[in-house]
Amino acid sequence: MSSTQSSRQFSTFFLDGLYFGVEVLKVQELIRYQEMTRVPLASRVVRGLINLRGQIVTAIDLRCRLNMPERPADRVPMNVVVRTEDGAVSLLVDEIGDVVEVHEEQFERAPETIKGRATDLITGVYKMPERLLLVLDVERAIDVDRAMAVRTTA
Amino acid sequence: MTEHDDLVKEFLIESYENLDRLDRDLVELEKDPQDKERLGSIFRTIHTIKGTVGFLGFTKLESVSHIGENLLSRMRDLELSLNAEITTGLLRMMDAIRRILASVESTGQEGDEDQSDLIAHLTRLNQGGRVAPAVPAVAAVPPSVPVPALAATATATTPATVTPSSAADEGPRQGVSDSSLRVDVVLLDKLMNLVGELVLARNQILQFTAMHTDSSFVGATGRLNLVTSELQEGVMKTRMQPIGNIWSKFPRIVRDLATSCSKQVRIEMEGKETDLDKTIIEAIKDPLTHVVRNSVDHGIESPDERVRKGKPSEGLIRLRAFHEGGQINIEISDDGAGIDPVKLKGKALQRGLITAEQAGGMSDHEATRLVFLAGFSTAETITNVSGRGVGMDVVKTNIEKIGGQVDIQSTIGEGTTLKIKIPLTLAIIPGLMVAAGGDRYAIPQVSLLELVRLEGEFARQGIERIQDALFYRLRGNLLPLVYLQRELGVERVRDGDVVNIVVLKADDRQFGLVVEEINDTEEIVVKPLGKQLKGITVFAGATIMGDGKVALILDVLGIAQRANVVSEVRDRSRAEAAHAKADATNDLQTLLLFRVGEFDRMAMPLGLVARLEEFQRSSIERSGSQEVVQYRNAILPLVSLSKYFTGVDPAPADLRQVVVFAENGRSVGLVVDQILDIVSEHVVVQRRSSRAGILGSAVVQQRVTDLLDVHTIMRTTDPTFFETAAAAA
Repeated sequence: MSSTQSSRQFSTFFLDGLYFGVEVLKVQELIRYQEMTRVPLASRVVRGLINLRGQIVTAIDLRCRLNMPERPADRVPMNVVVRTEDGAVSLLVDEIGDVVEVHEEQFERAPETIKGRATDLITGVYKMPERLLLVLDVERAIDVDRAMAVRTTA
Repeated sequence: MTEHDDLVKEFLIESYENLDRLDRDLVELEKDPQDKERLGSIFRTIHTIKGTVGFLGFTKLESVSHIGENLLSRMRDLELSLNAEITTGLLRMMDAIRRILASVESTGQEGDEDQSDLIAHLTRLNQGGRVAPAVPAVAAVPPSVPVPALAATATATTPATVTPSSAADEGPRQGVSDSSLRVDVVLLDKLMNLVGELVLARNQILQFTAMHTDSSFVGATGRLNLVTSELQEGVMKTRMQPIGNIWSKFPRIVRDLATSCSKQVRIEMEGKETDLDKTIIEAIKDPLTHVVRNSVDHGIESPDERVRKGKPSEGLIRLRAFHEGGQINIEISDDGAGIDPVKLKGKALQRGLITAEQAGGMSDHEATRLVFLAGFSTAETITNVSGRGVGMDVVKTNIEKIGGQVDIQSTIGEGTTLKIKIPLTLAIIPGLMVAAGGDRYAIPQVSLLELVRLEGEFARQGIERIQDALFYRLRGNLLPLVYLQRELGVERVRDGDVVNIVVLKADDRQFGLVVEEINDTEEIVVKPLGKQLKGITVFAGATIMGDGKVALILDVLGIAQRANVVSEVRDRSRAEAAHAKADATNDLQTLLLFRVGEFDRMAMPLGLVARLEEFQRSSIERSGSQEVVQYRNAILPLVSLSKYFTGVDPAPADLRQVVVFAENGRSVGLVVDQILDIVSEHVVVQRRSSRAGILGSAVVQQRVTDLLDVHTIMRTTDPTFFETAAAAA
C-alpha cells in the first residue's frame, strides 16, 4: 500500500537536452510526427492541428511554450498526446524516453534558480540516479492564454 | 390526412416506449415510494401522453390519462402516498391505455371498450386521499406491508386484462415499433469516426492500385471503393434531419390548440432546412412542442384582449433556426402578453423556491428565468394543455442534456422569445473549399452567395480603390473586398493575374472574400477547436478532409468583423435587427462620403454611384463651357460641385476625384475635392435645407453631414438629363 502511494510512474521525454516527465495516467498515447495544419492568428505556441483518428487535436510546441530555442529544422518532433479536461492535446517534444518509476523521497520542489517561464510549468524535480526529471504541469502547459499573458508582460 | 397519420404513428411509437418504461418505473417506485425523481418521471410521461392525445382527438385516452395524472399530481404534492391500491389502479390505467392504443393502431379508432369503471375507480382513489388525509407525516410512511403481494396480483392481472384483444393487437404493434430503433449517440460517433478512417485507408489502397495491373485486385478495390462510399453516405445520413421534420407538426398543433382556447394564432417558420443531428432533433422535439404549446396557451392573449391592447387580433408565433458560430440557434418567439417578472418572483416566493432576499437582488431577466425552476407554473388555472408545473424545467433539462443552453427574454405586452443554442459538434454542413497561403479552408455554404473570377485585364482594372479599401463592382453595386491571406496574416503563395472572389453575406451585408484558389464544395463534418483556439473568431471549427488532413472552417461573420466590413458588435446589430426589422431594410443606407469646398462632409447614396474615377488634369478637355473627359469611348461631362455651390473652382489639382453618376445609359461626372469613406447607417434627415442641391442634414458617424440632392444638380446643370433618360426608358 505504502509503495503505491510513494511511487509514481512518469512518461518521459526530452526537450533541448532537458529530461521531462508527465504522469503516465495523463498520457493518452505517443505518436510519431504527423503532418499538421497550421492555424493562422493563433498563439505562436500552437503549432497546428493533427487528425488523431478522426479527432482534431491541437499540437503545442513545448519548446516554444518553455521559451527554449527553436528545434533545429532537421529534427522532427514527436507527439505526446495528453488527456485534459478539454479533450486530447498533443505536446510536441524532441524525443520520447521510457516510462520510469519514481519515489517520493526523490522529489524536490522546483529550485528557485530555474528562471523565466519554466518555473511556472515545472512543479518539481525528481532526483534520478543519472539525471534530474522535471515534472511538467500539463494543465498549465496547455493554457495558451497564460503563455500569451506572460509574453506580453515580459 | 397523411400528416395526421404521421402524428399518430409517431405518437404510437413514443407511447409504447413510454409505457414500457412506466412499467419498470412503477415497479421500482413500489420498492421505494420516496423516490421523488421517479415519481416525477412517471408523472411527466403520463402528462405527455395526455397532452398529445388531446391534440389527436382521442377523448377516451385523454380522460383516462387525465384522471391518472390527477392522481399522480397529488402524490407528487405529497397529498397522497403510494399504496398497493393506487399502484394497482395505475397499472390498470396503463393496461387500459395499451388496449386503446392497440385499437388505434389496428383500426384507427379508440374502440368501444367502456372505461367508466376504471375512471370511477381512479376518481375514488383520488378522493380517498382527500377524504382521509389520514396519514400524518405522509412523507415518512413506509409502503404498507401487503404491497409485494399486491404487486404480484397487479402483474398477474396484466395478462388477464390484455387477453381479449391480445391476439389481434400484438401483430400490428410489432409492425410500427420494430421498424425503427434508437441507437446510442456514442455508437454512432464511433461508427462515424471508423468510417472516416476506412475512407482514408481506402484512398491509400486506391493509390497503390494505380501501380497494379492485376485485374482481380483492381476489381476488388473497385468494390471496396464503392461500398466504402455508400457506407460513408449511409452513416452520415443516419444522423442528419432538417428541423422542418419536427416543425411540420406545429401548424396543426397550434391550430388545434388555438381553436380549443378560442384564440387566433398564426405560425411562421424560418430556416426549416437547417440540418440537425438526428439525436439532437429527437432531444429537442418534446421541449419545442412544450414551448410552442406554452406560447399559445399562456403567451398569446385572447383576440379581444389583443385588440384592446392595439395588437392585431391574430397572434404570431415565430420559429427560427440557423447555424451560427458553430452552433445551431433556435428561437421561438410570440407577440403575446410577455412574462411579468414581479409576478414570477411573487409565485416563486410563495412556493418557497427562492428567498425574499434572493428575490430582491434579482434583475428582471433573472426573474424571467425563474420559469425554468422545477415545479413552476404561472397559469392561474390548470388547463388541459399545460400549467401543471411541468414544462419549462423539462425543456431546460432536456436541452442541457445535449450540451445546449436555453435563455428567455420577455417584455411585458410585447411578447416572449425563447432562445436555444445547441452545439454543432456533430453536424455536417456543405462547405466550399478554398485555398489561401497554401492552406485549405472551408467556407460554410449557407453564407455563400456567388463566385466571381476575374482574369487578365479584368483582374487588373476591375478592382477599384478608395483609400485603403478595395472594391469590386458587382452588377453596379460596390462590393467591399477582403483578402483572406491578408486577414489571416499568411504569405501569398500563388501569384497570378487571376482574382477569385467568393461573395459572402454576413449580417445582411455582402462582401467579397478574395482567395487564391476555389475548389469543390464538400460535405464537411464540423468539429470543435480546442480551448487554445477558442479566442480566434475567424474560425468556426475544423474538419477532416478526404486525404486525412485537417482544414479550418472559416467563420464568415468573424472575418467580416475582423476586416471591419461589419462594424457593429454582433449582438447589438442583431437586437436592433429584431426590433426594427422593417426599418432596417428601409433605413439602412450605404452612403458615399466626400468633401466639397466649404462642405466638409457631404454624402450621397452609394446606389446612385456608378463608378469612382480619378482623372489627370491634362486629360480634361472643354466642349464649349462644359468640362468633359474621354471615358470608355464616350464623352463624359464633368460637373464641379465646388463650382456649383460656391461659384468658384477650387485650385486645380493634378488629379481630380470624380463620382460617376449614370442613369439609363447617360453618365455625368461629379467632381469632388476628396472622397472620404463609405458607410452604412440608418439615416434620418434632421434638418431640411432650402439651399438648392442639398436635401438636408443628417448625423452620419456622429457627425453632421449634408446630403447631396443629385437629381436637382443634374437638372440645373443639364435640364435635358432626366428628360432624355425618361425618353430612353
